[in-house]
Amino acid sequence: MIVQLNESLLQIRDLYKRFSISGDFLDQLRFEGGKIKRHQEHVHAINGVNLDILKGEALCVVGESGCGKSTVARTVMGLLNPSSGSISYEGQRIDNMSGKALMPYRKKMQMIFQNPYASLNPRMTVSETLAEPVQFHNPKWSGAEVRDKVHEVMFSVGVDPSWGVRFPHEFSGGQRQRISIARALAVDPEFIVADEPISALDVSIQAQVLNLMMDAQEQRDLTYMFITHDLSVVEHFGTRVAVMYLGTLCELGTSEQLFDSPRHPYTQALMSAIPKLADDRPNHIKLQGEVPTPVNLPSGCVFHGRCPYADDRCKQEIPQLIVTDSGTQVACHAVEEGRI
Amino acid sequence: MNMTAIVEEQTVSNWQRFRQSHFWHSFCIDKVAQISFLVFVAYVIAALLAPLMAPFDPYDPGSIDIMNSELPPSWQEEGDATFWLGTDAQGRDLWSTILYGTRVSLMIGICAVMLQAFLGICIGLVAGYVGGKVDSLLMRLADVQLSFSTMMVAIIVLAVFQATFGTQLYQELAMVMLILVIGIAEWPQYARTVRASVLAEKEKEYVDAARVMGLRAPRIMFRHILPNTLSPILVISTVQVANAIISEAALSFLGLGMPVSQPSLGSLISSGFEYIFSGSWWITVIPGLVLIVLVLVMNLLGDWLRDVLNPKLYKG
Amino acid sequence: MALLEVNNLEVCFGLRKGEVKALRNIDFKIERGERIGIVGESGAGKSVLGFSIINLISQPGYVSQGEVMFEGQNLAKMNHQQLRSIRGNRISMIFQDPMMTLNPVLTIGDQMVECLMEHRTISKQDARNIAVQKLQQVYIPSPETRLDQYPHELSGGMRQRVVIAIGLLMDPDIIIADEPTTALDVTIQAEIMELMLELCERNNVALILITHDLGVVSQVTQRTFVMYAGRIIEQGPTKEIINDAQHPYTQGLINALPQMGVRGKRLHQIRGAMPSLQSVPVGCAFRERCDYAIENCSHNVPDFTESGGCKVACHMVAELKREEQAVKLEIKGGAQ
Repeated sequence: MIVQLNESLLQIRDLYKRFSISGDFLDQLRFEGGKIKRHQEHVHAINGVNLDILKGEALCVVGESGCGKSTVARTVMGLLNPSSGSISYEGQRIDNMSGKALMPYRKKMQMIFQNPYASLNPRMTVSETLAEPVQFHNPKWSGAEVRDKVHEVMFSVGVDPSWGVRFPHEFSGGQRQRISIARALAVDPEFIVADEPISALDVSIQAQVLNLMMDAQEQRDLTYMFITHDLSVVEHFGTRVAVMYLGTLCELGTSEQLFDSPRHPYTQALMSAIPKLADDRPNHIKLQGEVPTPVNLPSGCVFHGRCPYADDRCKQEIPQLIVTDSGTQVACHAVEEGRI
Repeated sequence: MNMTAIVEEQTVSNWQRFRQSHFWHSFCIDKVAQISFLVFVAYVIAALLAPLMAPFDPYDPGSIDIMNSELPPSWQEEGDATFWLGTDAQGRDLWSTILYGTRVSLMIGICAVMLQAFLGICIGLVAGYVGGKVDSLLMRLADVQLSFSTMMVAIIVLAVFQATFGTQLYQELAMVMLILVIGIAEWPQYARTVRASVLAEKEKEYVDAARVMGLRAPRIMFRHILPNTLSPILVISTVQVANAIISEAALSFLGLGMPVSQPSLGSLISSGFEYIFSGSWWITVIPGLVLIVLVLVMNLLGDWLRDVLNPKLYKG
Repeated sequence: MALLEVNNLEVCFGLRKGEVKALRNIDFKIERGERIGIVGESGAGKSVLGFSIINLISQPGYVSQGEVMFEGQNLAKMNHQQLRSIRGNRISMIFQDPMMTLNPVLTIGDQMVECLMEHRTISKQDARNIAVQKLQQVYIPSPETRLDQYPHELSGGMRQRVVIAIGLLMDPDIIIADEPTTALDVTIQAEIMELMLELCERNNVALILITHDLGVVSQVTQRTFVMYAGRIIEQGPTKEIINDAQHPYTQGLINALPQMGVRGKRLHQIRGAMPSLQSVPVGCAFRERCDYAIENCSHNVPDFTESGGCKVACHMVAELKREEQAVKLEIKGGAQ
């Protein structure tokens, strides 16, 4: 790998996540051929993801709904436990840590959520919402210090500190998302996972929030992991992009590389589907069929059923990420063999 | 952004906020809710001020004269002006006894519901938040509890208690026992309601945000999730108080509730029942009406609250 | 005569805080086979406009003024009986969420047959044949078997195709599509938009596409209306609006989009947020967010000014145009 370990902030190694969809123990029992058997079905949300997030970068994870990008984000933040694999922060494994040992990392890693209408507690005023993390992570601070900090973060996201006494429902979606960002910034984190932070917002507000996040990155030396389905935002915001399909990583590279010369057939289809302004006719690569269910994963390359370049090897062997001549990492047999 | 407008809005007090709320508005346009609320407040005031309002003290044997027994209400021919609603079989002033009885009934109802709510909320929160095996266990427990009817549990427990420890001790502890029995028998109602709301709230991102912050489970449960499940709790509380009062009345009617020396509305009805065929209808009917009106207004208030707090019906 | 003519339409919502005007002074015409886009942010009134065209606004909303003329009949004044013969028959509607249109407990075939037999007197077998034919038109593989499936057995993209097939069932003159692809993924969105474009062209159906996505509008429509706070503020040929928007709001909206090929730069942003319809300011609703606002903007609502092929509701159009030309000249001069 070209990635040097000393500059990577977060490492995801061989991450797998399965969700059981068979209900509780009693629901799993089936009567078959005179015997009671236990039957379990799983959704394979993440299937062997390896990813490094470098210090100071904005890594965008893109993919269509159900590709596991949000699951990766939630697993990184410890909201979900990985089924197997590891997540390390600055070389320290954090996925199996106890709540207490994790506390310093909680301060360093924060998250911004998708839905500004659900991510703020409706029964807490804005000041209370923002003061809680500050107080919790700095138990020795006096009330005045906490208040100053809250005012500072509110000011830095462009929300008037005197609005602190209000409740979230009195704010518009864009302002709520600002408050959400302020909550994440309140503990001075190093690393922020943003799970589709602008997809619930209007176009003119999206630009405001995106600018705010870019400003915050500049001022505070933040590292972002930015989950989104909107590729035009990615090109604008991301330094590197990871494309996911059905729980696996297809392609990883800098946004220049990826947007100028996408290598993976799925990335190519995805790029061509972005609606562009002043484009007379849509002219996109059509994929056959639909995304298979993550319950019964296809064998070999998960994309082989829809890929125009698939051959027998693709149906049997799972492709690994390889570094291409252009510097991007692609998981595709056809690219490896030089067929594309 | 317009700063002056913001500063002006700052001065809006909590009271004004309440005045502008959907809650207050729907109360203002709903006649039934207003009347029910007034009647309920009147009951609470009567119960609180019973010692001041009642002309006689029904708990004081010295003030009772057996010669005054079974006097009809004052508007009837044989009525006595000193006893407005007549007297019962022991010669107690019925008006005073009803005031004190309302006090006892409300007290038992509210305390029992507080106990139910405490148990139910704790169990429901844990079941909903922790999920998995804990959830299955607690909810099956609730199912078992619900499969015994409240009355059956209460009758068995109270009868056994009375038989083992004697009537004397039972009469002293009657109120506490009733609160405990009714409180413990009905917690699954709360637990189920709370669990359902917790399951819905748990999925919301503010809970994830609290977890990302590193907050511990109890704090997330009580500080973040519980306040957002209060609406359904409030709704079932009103109905449950009414139910508890009825349960108490029914138990008292069966002779397992409050003793005749400290009558609740239920034991008053019961004590008058023997005399109803001898023409002394008022001993049963008047407390009965008082009870019915109390339960009715509580149910009406509960219905109104449910409509107001239901987000699906909410229209700004 | 235009196919659909909306004249001075005004829609009010009676709330307890008083009347709220959700739409004001809406005027436009659509010719047969024309594709128009209605663009705006949430709360701009674009969905209300879609619903009010077929007089389907729910209580407490009502049309308080103006008329919607469809082939010489005023839809705003029609009774239920008359409206039924037009809705779904001559004008059909496609919603954002396919499950809003599809009944989850009926098979797709049942729903399509029911709709056909409601509007036409044909046998069940004929209705089924038409349904198969329509499903073929939207490129649903093996339509006969799909007819007997329930909506939940289909994927999101397939469902939206079925909804489009139902929309086409009666060979309508107008399709109103309210955010038809917002709930879908990019690759599926591209497929669905291409399909709608093809179907509208082939069947000469007029399309009213309501969306927040300027990219989608620019690919599909011929004319675009930009809405802001219940009003149309700019209208004209889509190409001109995208390439040379006149209204400061439209300009801001286009500049706020992350552009392909531009990296790492701050996006242009419009400050503040759209006023809620309950508190639309006097004068131009956009003036508080506008960089070019003058005294007149806070007193008078701007009328439409013709500027190129577009109609723009802004007091400053002439000045902005002149400024723009000056800049262009300067650039030219610099180049020479």
